[in-house]
Amino acid sequence: MSAPLDEVVRHAGEWLRGSGPLHEIVISTRIRLARNLRGFLFLSRASPEMRAEIAETVAVAARKADLLKEFIHIEVDKLDELDRQLLVERHLISREHADGTGARRVAFHPSEASAIMVNEEDHLRVQVLRSGLQIEQAWEHINAIDDVLEKNLDYEFHPQYGYLTACPTNVGTGIRVSVMLHLPALRLTNELEKVGQAARDMRLAVRGLYGEGTEALGDFFQVSNQITLGRSELEIIDDFRKVVIPKIDAYECAARDALLKNRPQALDDKVWRAIGALKSARVISSSEAMQHLSHVRMGLHVGRLTTPDLQTINELFLQVQPAHLQKLHGERLSGEQRSIERAAFIRARLSTN
Amino acid sequence: MGLCEKCKKAQATFHLTNIDRTGTKLERHLCDKCANEEGLLQAKTTVDLNEILENFIAGAKAGGPDLSNLVCEQCGISYVEFRNQGLLGCANDYEAFKEPMARLLERTHGGATNHAGKTPRSLGLPHKPQQDLRRLKRQLDEAVAAEDYERAAELRDRIRELEHS
Repeated sequence: MSAPLDEVVRHAGEWLRGSGPLHEIVISTRIRLARNLRGFLFLSRASPEMRAEIAETVAVAARKADLLKEFIHIEVDKLDELDRQLLVERHLISREHADGTGARRVAFHPSEASAIMVNEEDHLRVQVLRSGLQIEQAWEHINAIDDVLEKNLDYEFHPQYGYLTACPTNVGTGIRVSVMLHLPALRLTNELEKVGQAARDMRLAVRGLYGEGTEALGDFFQVSNQITLGRSELEIIDDFRKVVIPKIDAYECAARDALLKNRPQALDDKVWRAIGALKSARVISSSEAMQHLSHVRMGLHVGRLTTPDLQTINELFLQVQPAHLQKLHGERLSGEQRSIERAAFIRARLSTN
Repeated sequence: MGLCEKCKKAQATFHLTNIDRTGTKLERHLCDKCANEEGLLQAKTTVDLNEILENFIAGAKAGGPDLSNLVCEQCGISYVEFRNQGLLGCANDYEAFKEPMARLLERTHGGATNHAGKTPRSLGLPHKPQQDLRRLKRQLDEAVAAEDYERAAELRDRIRELEHS
């Protein structure tokens, strides 16, 4: 086990602290940039030696940058499966990075607000994660990281196509903006199609909690851009900031208001059953726990509940995940054992908060 | 129609004719199951279907060029391989596959053809020697391992040059 990861697991990253503009509905804002080093093959063709060399080149450049001096450097290929899964649950690496092959690394700030994945699909995937809707701030932050890295690295850059990437869907800016939204009321009122439509109008995609091909666990959805060429980073950001996210936020608020006004008992039933199940269950799966936590979170925001505190609920979203649970428990558990341990852990957290 | 030459039970539905370098003809007749077990069925059909499709689409769109022959000299990936796996082998592929790539990018990015965002601050400035040195040293090791001493000498000179610049 890796020492820094044992510490990491006790708290939620800064991005999950539940603050920032529109934080009741917008959980977090993530921006990532794809970059590749000049003079190296892309990863599908890189030999194991070349991969190791890319990892080393990036690490040397990162260590030279003042802005990145606090970063924790981790060799992902040397971690066991549980630790890799832990990093996925915390959104510090992707599933693909966890399951990949050969030398690959991640370096992240202790606040977990910024991270650099090395040797994922591209040589570098830099990301910044912020709580609430903070797209401009996230862009300024990641732009600064990109600049300091570039002081010591040469990127592949094409006069017409911009930053070159292993997959042509990322070429140009190499930017992907993903805004994570909590939309329990739209799901309860069967109005999620509005979200899909708002996103499609601006050529944005809607996905589940852990990105591509994943389910919308606990009523969480990610909205992200598809187009990376022909538009500037700021234009892409403005689509989210000025158009799509305010629209979706308004839909969810309206759905919550409608529930409060027209069906308060139905709303209370969901919220109170959820808190009841979380406080009483003896065996609970992560998806069931996520669903109840989602309803409790909404109950707190619309004033139908006053306890537990929001911070506890936000941390529980992470801590009920399989790898977190096992790290907190201190040993590996089977699926059945995890469900028992999860129920006990939630009961303990909710009895004191 | 005969029986499968391997299991000698099922009807042979897979017929393969190979001609080796000496001109000897080798015929094989297998049933689906045996052909599949030998990995003949799968590999053959996927590659062929994709090739046919690629050629068909490219031909219909551009009225011509045969994309199945496009290969990047730098990384060795072919256009067909790229379309199968979805990932490029190196930055040079954008040039090596110039025309189909231009069409693909336009389709993927809503009609856009030119980058409109950030440019690296160091664009146009001299390259960073550290990154090149590392690469050249690896290439030198490879050349030595391959006993290509002419190339090794060339690389050694370039490394010295960079180290003293």
